[in-house]
Parts: sequence; C-alpha cells; structure tokens
Amino acid sequence: MARALIHVPATAKKGDVIEIKTLISHVMETGYRIGVTGQPIPRDIIDDFVCTYNGEEVFHAKLYPAIAANPFITFFTVATESGTLAFSWTDQHGATQVQTAAITVE
Amino acid sequence: MSRAAFVISSVIAATVVARAADIPLDQRRSDSDFISADTRAIQNDDTANPAMLAVLDGETLWNTKAGATNKSCADCHGDAEKSMKGVAARYPAFAAELGRPVDLEQQINLSRVADQKAEALPFESKELLALTAYIARQSRGMPVAVKDDAQAKPFIAAGRAIFEQRQGQLDLSCAQCHDDNWGKKLAGNPVPQAMANGYPIYRLEWQEVGSLQRRLRNCMSGMRAEPYDFGAPELVDLEYFLMWRARGLAMESPAVRP
Repeated sequence: MARALIHVPATAKKGDVIEIKTLISHVMETGYRIGVTGQPIPRDIIDDFVCTYNGEEVFHAKLYPAIAANPFITFFTVATESGTLAFSWTDQHGATQVQTAAITVE
Repeated sequence: MSRAAFVISSVIAATVVARAADIPLDQRRSDSDFISADTRAIQNDDTANPAMLAVLDGETLWNTKAGATNKSCADCHGDAEKSMKGVAARYPAFAAELGRPVDLEQQINLSRVADQKAEALPFESKELLALTAYIARQSRGMPVAVKDDAQAKPFIAAGRAIFEQRQGQLDLSCAQCHDDNWGKKLAGNPVPQAMANGYPIYRLEWQEVGSLQRRLRNCMSGMRAEPYDFGAPELVDLEYFLMWRARGLAMESPAVRP
C-alpha cells in the first residue's frame, strides 16, 4: 500500500518507557479541496491506526481529515517482554497495511 | 546641470545606496537556522523527516531497470552511497552536451534519456523528486561546492542579475528580502537568507517534497511576477547563483521547511 518508516528501540530493559515513532506515506486528502477542473477532490484518508505488543493493543488512534499528509504518529509504551510490535494502518476503504518490528527486553 | 538631470542622478544615487551588498561569508546561515526548533527536529531525525519516504522510494528507483537498455542507475553508477556522495553539492553544473548548466533533476533526465534510453521524468513528478532526494541525501553534511570557473561565471552572473532584478506587481527583487532584510519578519515569519543547501525540501505547507524550482516559482508568484516555466534556463541560472551564494554551507537535503 504505502511506504512506512518505523522506529522501535532494538533492545530495552524490562520496565523501561520506550518511544515509538511511525511515519507512513499517504496523501490524507481531506475531501474539502477543489481540483483544477472545479470538482471536489474526493476524500482519501487513513482513518485508523493500531499498535499491538505481542498481540495486546497498546495504542489506538482514530484519524480524521484534519491530519496532515504522511501521518507521523509517535507514542510511548512500557517494555514488558521480548517480542513483536505490530503496526496497522487502515484507510477509509478498509485496506490495511501491517508492519512489524522486533524488540528484545532484558 | 539642469534640474531634471539633477533629479534623475539623485534617484540613481539613491537606488545604488539602497542596495546592500552581498551577505558577508561569515554571516551566512542555513535557512534551518530560521525555522522553529520543532521543524528542525523533524528535519534532523530520519525517522521523523517525511522526505525520507521519498528517499526510500528513490532508492528503489535507483535499482529499478528502465528504458530500452533495460539498465538501472545502479548498473552503471553502483552503490549511490559511494558514487553519489557529494554530487548534489556540485549542482547545478555545466552540461557539455547542452552548452549550459543543468540542475540535478535535469542531469538525472539527461542520463535517463542518453544512457537508459528511457523517457525523461516530468518536473515535480514523484519519481523525479524521489531520485533527486535519494541522490541529494548522499551529500548531507558536505559543503556546497559548485564550480565557479570561467565557463560557469556568465551563468552565475545571469542568476545574480535575476536575483537583484525588481520584478512583479510588488516591484521586489529577491535580494531586497534575502540580502537586505533577512532575520526580520514577513507576515510573522523570519525572512531567511535563501540558502539553497537543503533541496529538494519537504515543505509543510505543500505536505510533500518539492524542488528548488518549485520554491522559486512560489516566491515569484508571491511577488506577483510571472514565474519562469519549469526547466527554464533563467531558473537554472538562478539556482546556480543561489548554490554559489551558499558555497561552503553544509548540505541538509532533504530539508524540512515550514
């Protein structure tokens, strides 16, 4: 679907608060703009973002047309155990893109 | 001296006095010095800089075969991290086949047409910007070092003439803002020195990556002047002058600007 950039620390100590950064390419067309032909440009946005940590949801966001293109979402979570963080972006048409990152917790 | 001649010569004298000199070399500052700390932080963090998405696309294109020769950029130039290091800091540069300078976008297209036998990519297309961003990324931190030899000098001088020429309904020159009044405010925002060491840029206002030519056309519209077309020799001369003016500053491509 789109190009995404994810930053998750490769290793962390148990109990550490870790910062996670995600960036995905998307036009986030609001639906409120008028194109060169005078017709409205149809809305086209990502409207849902979820992060799960070994299957458990740790962050969830709803996105609306006011979010700028190429949404950059950053948040914190607590490093509890080694495993996988999965990130999923869903657009208004229901198409989902999933990307994962591994973390080792000592 | 007649009264009329006196008035005219006074006006000429006033015009000459009003025009400040070039910014002294040691007072030049990258435009990133004039943006907010937040925007600068986005630029300097590869996981936050949205232009890095274009850089990644550019890396894919670099390795994608194209044209009748079915060759990729990498087939001839190899690893861009080595072969393209410092290249963007030297553009615009003289292209012997055209007898005049070209900017990096135009050089990419020259190579696509001549070497890959592929079609030129349109100006401001996602693909051309991605390739340019990827190549320019390899020069980050290196000093701007365009050639200013005898062959280049007339084009740099032509660019300077445009920079210093009053134009548009507002009757402004680039120099009046960026040489004479940098650091002051325009509509609440600091006027930068217009150093071209970060292109292509991700401009927050555009919500996408754009070229120096797009930025220059923007400024011309702002002055209510007729912008030159993409690829116009005047724009390339102006780009050349701006890069020469930014000589020695560290490349920041792809930069983030408000």
